[in-house]
Amino acid sequence: MSTVKAQASADQAGAEGSEQYLTFMLAGEEYGVDILRVQEIKGWDKVTRIPNTPPYVLGVINLRGAVVPIIDLRRRFGLEMIDFGPTTVVIVVRVAGEREERTVGVVVDAVSEVYDVGAADTKLPPDVCGSVDTVFVKALATVGEKMLILLDMDRLIGNSIIDQPAPGAAAA
Amino acid sequence: MLMDAEMAEIAKVFFQESREGLDVMESGLLSLGTNGGAESINTIFRAAHSIKGGAATFGFSEVAQFTHGVETLLDEMRNGVRPVTSQSIQTLLQACDCLREMITATESGQPLDQGRIASLNADLGHILGEASQAAPVAAPAQAPAAAGWRIRFDPVPDLLRVRNEPTRMFAELKRLGRLTAVADVSRIPLLEEIDPETCYLSWNIEMEGRIPREKLVEIFDWVDPNCGLEFIAMDCPGSGQTRPGESKADAPPAAESAHKAGTDSGSIRVATGKVDNIINLVGELLITQSMLCGFADGIDPSELDRLRQGLAQLARNTRELQECVMQIRMLPISFAFNRFPRIVHDLSRKLGKKVELKFTGEGTELDKTVLEKITDPLVHLVRNALDHGLETPERRAAAGKPETGTIELAAFHEGGNIIIEVRDDGAGLNKARILQKARERGLIDPTQELNDEQVDNLIFMPGFSTAEQVSDVSGRGVGMDVVRRNIHDLGGYVQITSREGEGSTIRIRLPLTLAILDGQLVRVGQETYIISLVAIVETIQIKPERLNTLVGRTEVFRLRDEVLPIVKLCDQFGIEPDSSRAQDGLLVVVEADGRRAGVLVDELLAQQQVVIKSLESNFKTVSGIAGATILGDGKVSLIIDVPELIRSAVGRGAGAVTARAA
Repeated sequence: MSTVKAQASADQAGAEGSEQYLTFMLAGEEYGVDILRVQEIKGWDKVTRIPNTPPYVLGVINLRGAVVPIIDLRRRFGLEMIDFGPTTVVIVVRVAGEREERTVGVVVDAVSEVYDVGAADTKLPPDVCGSVDTVFVKALATVGEKMLILLDMDRLIGNSIIDQPAPGAAAA
Repeated sequence: MLMDAEMAEIAKVFFQESREGLDVMESGLLSLGTNGGAESINTIFRAAHSIKGGAATFGFSEVAQFTHGVETLLDEMRNGVRPVTSQSIQTLLQACDCLREMITATESGQPLDQGRIASLNADLGHILGEASQAAPVAAPAQAPAAAGWRIRFDPVPDLLRVRNEPTRMFAELKRLGRLTAVADVSRIPLLEEIDPETCYLSWNIEMEGRIPREKLVEIFDWVDPNCGLEFIAMDCPGSGQTRPGESKADAPPAAESAHKAGTDSGSIRVATGKVDNIINLVGELLITQSMLCGFADGIDPSELDRLRQGLAQLARNTRELQECVMQIRMLPISFAFNRFPRIVHDLSRKLGKKVELKFTGEGTELDKTVLEKITDPLVHLVRNALDHGLETPERRAAAGKPETGTIELAAFHEGGNIIIEVRDDGAGLNKARILQKARERGLIDPTQELNDEQVDNLIFMPGFSTAEQVSDVSGRGVGMDVVRRNIHDLGGYVQITSREGEGSTIRIRLPLTLAILDGQLVRVGQETYIISLVAIVETIQIKPERLNTLVGRTEVFRLRDEVLPIVKLCDQFGIEPDSSRAQDGLLVVVEADGRRAGVLVDELLAQQQVVIKSLESNFKTVSGIAGATILGDGKVSLIIDVPELIRSAVGRGAGAVTARAA
């Protein structure tokens, strides 16, 4: 973790605007999160359900003594649900909370790679209303032939926790 | 950059210490008002002096200047130049308040309230009068602590007429050791008003050398006993003071020293966050330990016996360690009580009532968080007792009671709880009026019959106030229900008992800590929940014939002569129970806010102490859930918020008001 962090910040300082992203798969698309936000990646384990919460909040787990909520990204984005398989993982991220940083886990289909993304490779998402939660998309990045969807985790998690069903998740 | 950060860190300590210093000054000033002791003045002076010094070091010149004025007055008081009057105490108390505000403003970088500072400076100046020029004389007070004596000689005006000659006395003194005398000339009037036979001077004399006190006293033996005369040994400031004119100063300050011993218990300053980390880790250790124990129970060949023994030892050690760590968070309740003398002092002056404030059990310890959260409700209760409870001296006299009323704050342990009582010997609650008021405001049904206790506790209802006149002290009806809610939020309980004409007692029961809870594990379907043992009244098996359904929806259970609404956890929390029929489950009867309900569960599991973890830190508050914990198997289990659950079950009808207030 710490070496990744150090490297990432060094890169940031060096090649202007270049950031590292951890990418993961979700329903065939590749999404990226700022690697500095990622605390750890762990396998899927059973959760304790929390009543009176939206369905995409699967429950809470014990992460070395801390009670950490787990959010299912497929459900959050209103995608088709699949059974959790051997590649299903929980990416534990730290996001800005109301007062302090929050630690939250998100369930994704599989982790993919770590990419360096320069500012020149990114562009703002097209304004597609309704179908996708574009508010949570920070930018689209092109790496080689692939397109990455870079997520704004603060917004995504913050929004999920304060119970505001986004347009796309309404169906879930 | 680093320097700035370091300075800011040190400045933070200064702010903290200044606040503590102000507390010391305040309590000292208050005790001065009742039994002025020389040691108190010295303590107050030292606190002021440190604040001044610190402020000057950090370049907070306005704070330093203001404190200097305060210090000057205090110095004159301790030197006996200035009598200790209630007016000057009042001004000094206000100066403390002002200083506290100045420190807060300086800390947050806000502008100071110049108007207030100026007006208090004027007040101080007024008390000091023209004697403010005497300040430079006072300065050497802090001078080197060479063995010697500081003598303050403040003769009566007709010193010379009775043939005493100060120069001779000084000559005598000079023979004993090195002498520095500074004359205070501030009292010398204009030339045309001078009476040549009157002594307008007073002196501050410093003597160096180890001189026996008797010799000094001998020299001043012949002067009028009404002269202000004071000897202070310079190597141990504050001791050995005498003022022939005033025997008051001779009184041993026993009360103060006892008080000091209570608060000053050799403490270290540790950030709460660090302690919390240790507590979390210890909690973890406990969980690991119980996990290992569970594991060892599973496999059972004989060679595992030694493992078992080791585990048992680990269990004992962890528990002890946890107890020790929890102790760190515990503080004596005197931290909360200490602010009351000032509040009562100010308020009783304002209301024109005479009151004596008593404390018992100040050493009783409780968790820092609980302590912080209980202080405001306590302030409210004490203010109420003073405003509504105690009568005016005239009324008390008319009722055949002593003019001075008593308010007593008592704290003690009872079971796993701490009890705090606020007692007054005032008029007590007027039950008839409370009942009338409650009916007027529609808080209770006009036909409802209540016993005395229930009537008394109506004052905790939201929107209730019987004060005929709304004062700025209390009486807006937002008080008692907030008090009750705050106490409930802490997992506590408040109750009032009162006798008309004899006074009231408010009893608060609080858990010792918010970090640990005695819990009953219950199972509903696949889920395990925890209900606080304190909230559980009893657990019963359901007899179908005692089950009724109201309006085809709400299920109720007749328990003895009571009808309990049934809360189905499976419905509330949306989980699949073993059976949907109520009679197949167990009914856990819970109580909160004086209301009861039956919680339907599938099975009762173990009872155990659980470490409370917050859901909010990473998630948010969930209705019906008070928190979470981690069980021996490492799984998270949720703690049920019983008051909330009852509210949601019986929240309609009579309880609606309370539910809204929350």
